Amino acid sequence: MNRSKPIQGELLRLKEEIEQYAIDYGLTYYPVVFEVCNYDTICILAAQGGFPSRYPHWRFGMEYDQLSKGNIYGFQKIYELVINTDPCYAYLLSSNRIVDQKLVMAHVYGHADFFKNNAWFRTTDKRMMDVMANHGTKIRKYMNRYGQDKVEIFIDAVNSLENLLDVNVLFETAEVVRKREELEKTAHEEELREDDDDDVRSKVLKSYMKSKAKNELSPEEVVVPNEKYDFKKMDANVKGTRDIMKFLMQNAPIEEWQSDIIGCLREEAYYFLPQRMTKIMNEGWASYWHSKIMTNKALKSSEIIDFADVHSGVMAMSPKSINPYKIGIELFRDIEHRWDTGKFGKEYLECTDMKKKESWDMKLGLGREKIFEVRKSHNDITFLDEYFTEEFCQRQQIFTYKFNPRTGRNEIDTRDFQGIKQKLLQQLTNFGQPLIEIESSNYNNRGEMLLRHVHQGVDLDLSFAADTMKNIFLIWKRPVNIATVTEEKEYIYVYDGESFKPVKS
Amino acid sequence: MDHPVKRDHARFRKIIKGRIRDNLKKYVSGGEMPIPKGKGVFKVPMPQIETPRFKFGDKQQGGTGQGDGEPGDPVDGQQGDGKPGQGEVGDTEGNKELEVELSVEELAAILGDELELPNIEPKGKKSLESTTNKYSSIGTVGPDSLKHYKRSYREALKRQVATGTYDSKNPIIIPIKSDMRYRSSNTTVEYENSAVVIYMMDVSGSMGDEQKEIVRTESFWINLWLKSQYKDIEIRYIIHDATAKEVEEEVFFKTRESGGTLISSALKLCREIIQEDYNSSEWNIYPFHFSDGDNWSTDDTKLCLEILDKDILPNSNVFCYGQVESRYGSGQFYKDLHTKYGTDNESVILSKIKNKDAILESIKDFLGKGK
Repeated sequence: MNRSKPIQGELLRLKEEIEQYAIDYGLTYYPVVFEVCNYDTICILAAQGGFPSRYPHWRFGMEYDQLSKGNIYGFQKIYELVINTDPCYAYLLSSNRIVDQKLVMAHVYGHADFFKNNAWFRTTDKRMMDVMANHGTKIRKYMNRYGQDKVEIFIDAVNSLENLLDVNVLFETAEVVRKREELEKTAHEEELREDDDDDVRSKVLKSYMKSKAKNELSPEEVVVPNEKYDFKKMDANVKGTRDIMKFLMQNAPIEEWQSDIIGCLREEAYYFLPQRMTKIMNEGWASYWHSKIMTNKALKSSEIIDFADVHSGVMAMSPKSINPYKIGIELFRDIEHRWDTGKFGKEYLECTDMKKKESWDMKLGLGREKIFEVRKSHNDITFLDEYFTEEFCQRQQIFTYKFNPRTGRNEIDTRDFQGIKQKLLQQLTNFGQPLIEIESSNYNNRGEMLLRHVHQGVDLDLSFAADTMKNIFLIWKRPVNIATVTEEKEYIYVYDGESFKPVKS
Repeated sequence: MDHPVKRDHARFRKIIKGRIRDNLKKYVSGGEMPIPKGKGVFKVPMPQIETPRFKFGDKQQGGTGQGDGEPGDPVDGQQGDGKPGQGEVGDTEGNKELEVELSVEELAAILGDELELPNIEPKGKKSLESTTNKYSSIGTVGPDSLKHYKRSYREALKRQVATGTYDSKNPIIIPIKSDMRYRSSNTTVEYENSAVVIYMMDVSGSMGDEQKEIVRTESFWINLWLKSQYKDIEIRYIIHDATAKEVEEEVFFKTRESGGTLISSALKLCREIIQEDYNSSEWNIYPFHFSDGDNWSTDDTKLCLEILDKDILPNSNVFCYGQVESRYGSGQFYKDLHTKYGTDNESVILSKIKNKDAILESIKDFLGKGK
């Protein structure tokens, strides 16, 4: 099943050259393995998030379908694919020109350095290749045992939870996780023992009861909550839980294999989370280095036009969105310039003479050091919060837009710095996803789930919310409620297994 | 050896087809048509199947962008501007329209499944024999241009090994005339069934745009089905008011005449076309007539029935009459046909198409008998 092959000959020589530049500039990284493959293979890999052996699911097929067409229609062309593992895998497109390959290699070393050094990636599992493959094996096994459709439908439901994550989990090193699991295990055993004390029924009977309660996954069946599900106890410290995948994995009335699948998918979701939180920085950093390495070192004069062409394509601005490559690279350059010249700190900020500010140069030369430090400790939000200045905002011609119901289109709203910054940060909060917490898992004292959407100015898409709650119901098996704000009014909506509707209060 | 993702892909396509099937009624009555993409492939636009997640409402969200412009200027450019560059592992959440490509066979299968259409049994006598040549075997004689080098050298090697003139240290092989092998053709006989569909449409004043839209949609799906059933299919178009003429496809759907209606004019032309071009012992012939049922006179209707009985029915697989309701049409022609042929006739199928929602049902009327 080898569709990609290690690089050799000219590409290998290039790799060695580019790698030396990266080392000279002070980039550090896990070894990078370059492989070369054709467009179809790149599509296959990209469709599966870069991992060649994931669990079977139709949505990877959909991704593949769209990607492989993208090339034909010329909408998108994947130049690079880098996987955050140790060693770090990167794929080169065999049809690319030499100048493209150089650019991609330089770009890849930027990513590889970021993956290794940025704090948010500290806890990602660098053996993810194996982990993903194991998940694939496990899930295939379940499919053989329980039927592909059944398992796939369950995975569809779990996919609805993929953004219900708690970013703080990323701070937990493997050791912390292990410790906590042990604690939980002992607590659980304690619980069982306690149960035994006040309960004459044997463990066997109990587990039988439990398995009775864990019904087949079908919404038609009315689930009688088993009396052994102690909702009160479960609810004790549930409020504010954001790691909803984990909560359901541990507490929902589901089969072992189902909770195992939630576990697998949760692990994968957390693995990708840091990439979602650092898109701007990561792309900015990689672009900074491809640009630096190419223009200062690797470019031949005959390649300049081609490089400029590709580079400007990557850096294109769009009126509908902020291009992370563009904003990222510009911010790193701006920081470097400011720390080289000393355009920061009290004195500079309090200076009101614009001319003086313009030509401010204290010859500090701290720029390079500073950007290395920044790439270590920030994520997109803190990065922008700290370094997105008014001058920068104006220079980059950034604006906010909003939907005008009167004309039925999105229109430029403001170029006011404060408004823009607020909007940007809001877009990045919680990796751009609505913040959802569990309020109670024993709502109405009936074991209902009550979620709270922590409203930060933007309403939920209700039709999506309805479908999402349907999927949570499939797992939780009892009514799912959500408290949110719609058009400035507080609502609680419920999905009760039949329909989605506001709760009459 | 296929990558597992190809299996995911096959699964995705299966799901998609299911979706299209579930929504077929909506598609058809919405007048939405798959867009032909050449070579028997159609593009079916459908909304992206997004995994439901809690997400922000689009409209309200607004966003940030870069570039020139004053407050109040629109930012909705054409799709696809912006990032031409790179795709990156991670999550790309776009609201892309999903465009699925389906072949004629796949699309027809969906239609067939949904309407439970039986396969058509082509008339036995109408099988055309055709021979095709494929160079799939090897012979000992032939022109140099068809020489099969590998096989020739293999023969030579065999000969040299057998005669002991092969030296593995100096492996030079020289073929002689008897070693030469040539690609030769295998003649295969294929039986083909050919069909012709002759569409006739009343374009008199009383037929409005909506009626034509119905005919257009219906004929698209009928063609699709027949294409999947016959190897070879020709389609001819006739429009008529008081006179009839044969036209190209575009014209057929765009013309609007005024004036009266003589249905016989179309049937006469149809008869001519059959007699001149389509020998009914070789062709499966499908005349379709769409009208709002308003004919000029009872005399003309009599003439119509005569032409049908004498010339058209004996030569056709089945004659189909679809009546679209219009505000002006009396619908008399349907009644007349019904009186004569009834609903259970082997060679005439009648169908009333009230509105767009009735299109699928009507297609089922026409094709459901497997004629």
